[in-house]
Amino acid sequence: MTFFIIKCICVYLSGIGFGLIVNLPHRALNIAGINATIGWLVYYWIFSTWGGLGAPNFFGGLVIGILSVIIARWKKMPSILFDVPGLVPLVPGGQAYNSIKNFALGNYQVAFNYLSEVVWIAGSIALGFIVAELVNKIRQKIRRVQARN
Amino acid sequence: MADQQKNYDHLVINTCVLAGTIMIESGSEMTRVNDTVLRIARNAGLKDANIYATLTGIIVSGGVDDVGAQVGSIDKRVLDMEKVAKVNELSREYAAKKIDIEQFYDDLKNIDRLVAMFPLWVQLLGAGLVSGSLVVVFQNNLPDFGITFLVGMIGWAVLYFLNIYVQIRFLSEFIAAMTVASLAILSVKYGFGIKADDIIIGSLMPLVPGIPLTNAVRDALSGNLISGPARGIEALISACALGFGVAIALHFF
Repeated sequence: MTFFIIKCICVYLSGIGFGLIVNLPHRALNIAGINATIGWLVYYWIFSTWGGLGAPNFFGGLVIGILSVIIARWKKMPSILFDVPGLVPLVPGGQAYNSIKNFALGNYQVAFNYLSEVVWIAGSIALGFIVAELVNKIRQKIRRVQARN
Repeated sequence: MADQQKNYDHLVINTCVLAGTIMIESGSEMTRVNDTVLRIARNAGLKDANIYATLTGIIVSGGVDDVGAQVGSIDKRVLDMEKVAKVNELSREYAAKKIDIEQFYDDLKNIDRLVAMFPLWVQLLGAGLVSGSLVVVFQNNLPDFGITFLVGMIGWAVLYFLNIYVQIRFLSEFIAAMTVASLAILSVKYGFGIKADDIIIGSLMPLVPGIPLTNAVRDALSGNLISGPARGIEALISACALGFGVAIALHFF
């Protein structure tokens, strides 16, 4: 349990650290870190209940995509400021590294296994983003219809 | 009178081109660029303005007779989210009639003065935080937090200074990755770290082209078939440069 809390803090810190690298505005830093934490918590929750690679990353990307548009509306800033730091903890860094390492060492079979994991994870995150965009479009349309009535 | 109108239209189009150029240079996605530029033009009274933006250049036409189109070329791309936010903010202020078009153009011209990058030590701290905490998140490896923090900082410093002094694209990524991997292996050899693989994974994370990749997916999906694949190739080459750097270091040590 302690380790879980440490991990949550680390996700928050990594979001903020990435914000510092890409020169995020000061007032967006904290909220970007929180966005990253929420996205990762969703990922972790689904990972520990269902397991697998696709579903956790898909829902993580989906939640981050939806949340960052909501935050962007609220803070009146572009949504890209919030979703990029949010994605950092989901990036398949370990698998990508292992695939390169095994390529360099000549274990092509293992390398391709890791590479396909990378493609699968990146694809699920991207798909989550697409669906998030769809959800946001639908929300806009509902709001427009409501405004008309 | 006609002359005045022409000057005004010219200024509006110049503002549009400059705003678009700054946004693309700083790493914004294309739909936002198109949206912002068209909004500025419409707010300024150019109803039929049109824009064609790619990763390396931008064309804005006013849609009126006496002013033609303006071209802006984009050679360098750095990630600077605060500039994107600033252009967005200025465009909002212009839409709300808080600033006029001269003020808008002037602010865009001086955006380097208005928007400061974080100083180097804050960037280093950020790189260290990304590296150190992601080791814990990805690999469940708490003891290596400190050394990864340090190696990540050194890797970012190498990238930063090479980008300033050498200015060969992708070479700086290659050398930074090589430095990171060598330092990680050496630190384990001399007893500062525990698992070299974990240290390398963490310290590479600040160098990984995350924003270009997400932008590539987003541009391609929004139907911009020029910018999406172009960004994807850029991200792919820098990822390959990182990979080769690590691979060479693994061979030598």
